[in-house]
Amino acid sequence: MAENIVFHFDVDGEDFSSAGGASVTVKKKLRQLGIAPEYIRRVSIAMYEGEINMVIHANGGSADVIVSDDEIKIVLTDTGPGIPDVSLAMQEGYSTARDSIRSLGFGAGMGLPNMKKYTDTMEIDTELGRGTTITMTVKIA
Amino acid sequence: MKIRELKELLSAELMTDDTTLLDGEVFNACCSDMMSDVLAFVKDQGVLLTGLVNEQVVRTASMMDMVCIVFVRDKTPTPDMIRLAEDCDIVVMKSAYRAYEACGKLYTSGLVAREHHN
Ligand SMILES: Nc1ncnc2c1ncn2[C@@H]1O[C@H](COP(=O)(O)OP(=O)(O)OP(=O)(O)O)[C@@H](O)[C@H]1O
Ligand SMILES: [Mg+2]
Repeated sequence: MAENIVFHFDVDGEDFSSAGGASVTVKKKLRQLGIAPEYIRRVSIAMYEGEINMVIHANGGSADVIVSDDEIKIVLTDTGPGIPDVSLAMQEGYSTARDSIRSLGFGAGMGLPNMKKYTDTMEIDTELGRGTTITMTVKIA
Repeated sequence: MKIRELKELLSAELMTDDTTLLDGEVFNACCSDMMSDVLAFVKDQGVLLTGLVNEQVVRTASMMDMVCIVFVRDKTPTPDMIRLAEDCDIVVMKSAYRAYEACGKLYTSGLVAREHHN
């Protein structure tokens, strides 16, 4: 691959039923690029968790996936409330999700830990009242 | 276990249209209504049993490369969910059994989930 391949998505915060759709599309695109299934699975699970978080905790945002020769980078940006205590949020089982979210199948407090587990690097840049940007990479070489 | 056999064990009704997929194998099972719990452990050729009905169930199964979804307690997936599953080559069925019973039947028939850590 000579040049990086970039996929961009706007993630709608109003429509829960479409939440996760961008990750499904990315999975298909990565298959078309011939990326190994194990890497695709890790990228798509991590992106999916982040995409759902943007919808349920931050009223939507945008997602960019950058495929280069040796890694796949996922950048998720929102202008939501920010995360007050990142190390607390990273703990398995910690969630501020309301019952209405739990009844949709989310709010187990496993998303951020899963994102960390399935990626090689993960950085959270967050500011209260301004939003959150999460950057993750999966090495593919 | 063949998906066809699993369907018999759970007296399940097939909701997706491709019957050739019933010849596929499942090696692992996972039962939960919380999708991030499902996403925590990769299980190759897995089946997801759930009482949750929304499109995220299908997307979660797709992210995990799961091959089959069983809706328990006769929960009925929407046409959009079925279309999405067909597009991802995932077999969808529904069973009248409750989650506990459905899992028990599969477990005692030899479908013992093995975890595969990434
Ligand atoms: N983009 C975000 N903006 C603001 N807060 C967030 C964001 N992502 C996560 N959080 C906060 O971090 C907590 C933990 O997130 P995590 O994804 O681990 O769990 P969850 O989304 O609550 O449940 P699950 O992911 O298991 O469905 C959330 O409950 C929320 O308070
Ligand atoms: Mg989450």
